[in-house]
Amino acid sequence: MSNPLVEFKRVAKRFGDFVAVKSMDLSIDPGEFIAIMGPSGCGKTTTLRMLAGLDKPTEGSIYIDGQLMNDVRPHERDTPLVWQSLALFPFLNVRENVEFGLKMRNQDAAVRREKAMDWLDRLGVAEFAGRNVETLSGGQRQRVALARSLVTEPRLLLLDEPLSALDAHLVIRMQSVLTKLQRELGITFVYVTHSQSEAFAMADRVVIMSDGEVAQTAVPRDIYREPANRFVAEFVGRNNIVSGKVSAIEARRVSVESAMGQFSVIADEGRIPAAGADITFVIAADLVEISRTPGDAENTVACSLISEEFIGSVVTLFLETADGDELKVQLQERELVTLDHTSGGTFFLSWQSASAHMLPQ
Amino acid sequence: MNGGFLLSWALRGYTLLLFVFVFAPILFSVVFSFNSARFPTIPLESFTLHWYQTIWADPDVWTAVRNSVIVSVCTAVIATVLGFCTAYTDYRYNFRFKSAYMALVLLPPTIPLIIMALAMLAWFSKIGASGQLWSVIIAHSVLTAPFAMAIVRLRLNQMDKDLESAAWNLGASEWRAMREVIIPFCKPSIISALFLTAAVSFDEFAIAWFVSGLNKTVPVLILEIVQGNIDPQVNAIGTFVFLVSMTLVIIAQVFFTLRQSKAFS
Repeated sequence: MSNPLVEFKRVAKRFGDFVAVKSMDLSIDPGEFIAIMGPSGCGKTTTLRMLAGLDKPTEGSIYIDGQLMNDVRPHERDTPLVWQSLALFPFLNVRENVEFGLKMRNQDAAVRREKAMDWLDRLGVAEFAGRNVETLSGGQRQRVALARSLVTEPRLLLLDEPLSALDAHLVIRMQSVLTKLQRELGITFVYVTHSQSEAFAMADRVVIMSDGEVAQTAVPRDIYREPANRFVAEFVGRNNIVSGKVSAIEARRVSVESAMGQFSVIADEGRIPAAGADITFVIAADLVEISRTPGDAENTVACSLISEEFIGSVVTLFLETADGDELKVQLQERELVTLDHTSGGTFFLSWQSASAHMLPQ
Repeated sequence: MNGGFLLSWALRGYTLLLFVFVFAPILFSVVFSFNSARFPTIPLESFTLHWYQTIWADPDVWTAVRNSVIVSVCTAVIATVLGFCTAYTDYRYNFRFKSAYMALVLLPPTIPLIIMALAMLAWFSKIGASGQLWSVIIAHSVLTAPFAMAIVRLRLNQMDKDLESAAWNLGASEWRAMREVIIPFCKPSIISALFLTAAVSFDEFAIAWFVSGLNKTVPVLILEIVQGNIDPQVNAIGTFVFLVSMTLVIIAQVFFTLRQSKAFS
């Protein structure tokens, strides 16, 4: 295992009374694509700005490549940032914008020009080299901003919600441009976003932040299937969260008595709760089966349909138990046909005990 | 329909009258500067360049023009540098009593000129600096720097707040970022401020009259000529001053409204 490229050790950042980052520990390996995700105000952008040296940690230490960076000024590091606003220089043309980093490193004009043109070419915007940046479309400007950040061939690239201003179809295209670039260059990307689809689609590991703290760091699949706590389970969305008390334990099978009924959950080895303990488990909406007949599944709840949300091939149904607890089911749009869901009446939701994920207490 | 038509013409007429009211005196002065009669009377006599030849040949006029040019150029440079620095301070930093600081900075143009002129004279004579050309320069810089600041500040407010950080992020030290990003971004407003402060200084009479001593600027000279007797030379000088100031103000306006763009084909 190589040494981490970036390390945060108990980093805190306060602005006056406002705590942006509470106490952060994070290590990022060379060549990793890390996405930092969280609601607005969770401290994700501050984390990125501290990496760029634009904000100085109030406490703790940040290391890049084993070197303590707390007091290194922004221009003395090589941590280019792709800004949410792009922050292209309006008084320079496209090529001069890309050359900027090289110019600041006092490189020769001819070398600068060549490298800038190489990068513009690589990102498919070489034909606009002489144009004013303001005449370019959003997607083209995005590529220019990327070229400007990559021209110095950094080991670490920081991206602050770079795709948030683009149209949906461009976002998908830019995602593949970014992942391809990252794989080819083998450099570390730290990507801040509030978009789950962007983070899950691109990142090797996702850091979920909440209120200035890391709520979970894991590969996208684990964030989705095995949330570490209630915040992550709720933030990731489309999860059903059920709380209750442990009524019986049989090896790893834990019976839970909840307001919605009696369920069973398979606990992880070594994390088997005591009888009578409070327990919360999560069952992802896409692991729930829906049917018109009760069936004989381990965990079944009778519900009525409240509403549905259609997003292309996938449909989310929102249902309600007799007591008014809400549950979600996600299924393929074509599966709806057999369900006759518009005619009202009772539905039966069921899931495998193994599909439920127990949250640590 | 008909009412709208009438209103539209009434408004046009009103606008025309307004312009006549503002520009007629200046136009008169210009017209009489080419009139051969000694007194400004209608009907006009013959066309002449005599008055212009007179001022052209007058060494006092030349000295005054030279003084005015020196004063306005130096004032423009000093006031714009000061104004730029203040605007940047306002843009970049937050500190206690900042609003009080900004109010103080903007104060000089609100002080009645005559008070300011008297105060300047009293102060300069106290420290033994009155009656010099550079006394006028200092006084004019104090007067015009707030204008320069206001112009540059408007431009800085249009700037994406990430732009300067982006320059640091790409390896520019603070000074380098100033040179490569802030100043280029503000360039149109800096040029505009230079011309506008030059125009204000070139026209300014009260302070110059009190402070300049024997180093008369053009407006001071004009007053002296008028005080002596009625002399159509004044019309000729007036026309010249009017042209210079208007040119400066128009250039300032052009740069002020210029959308900065740099497109190569």
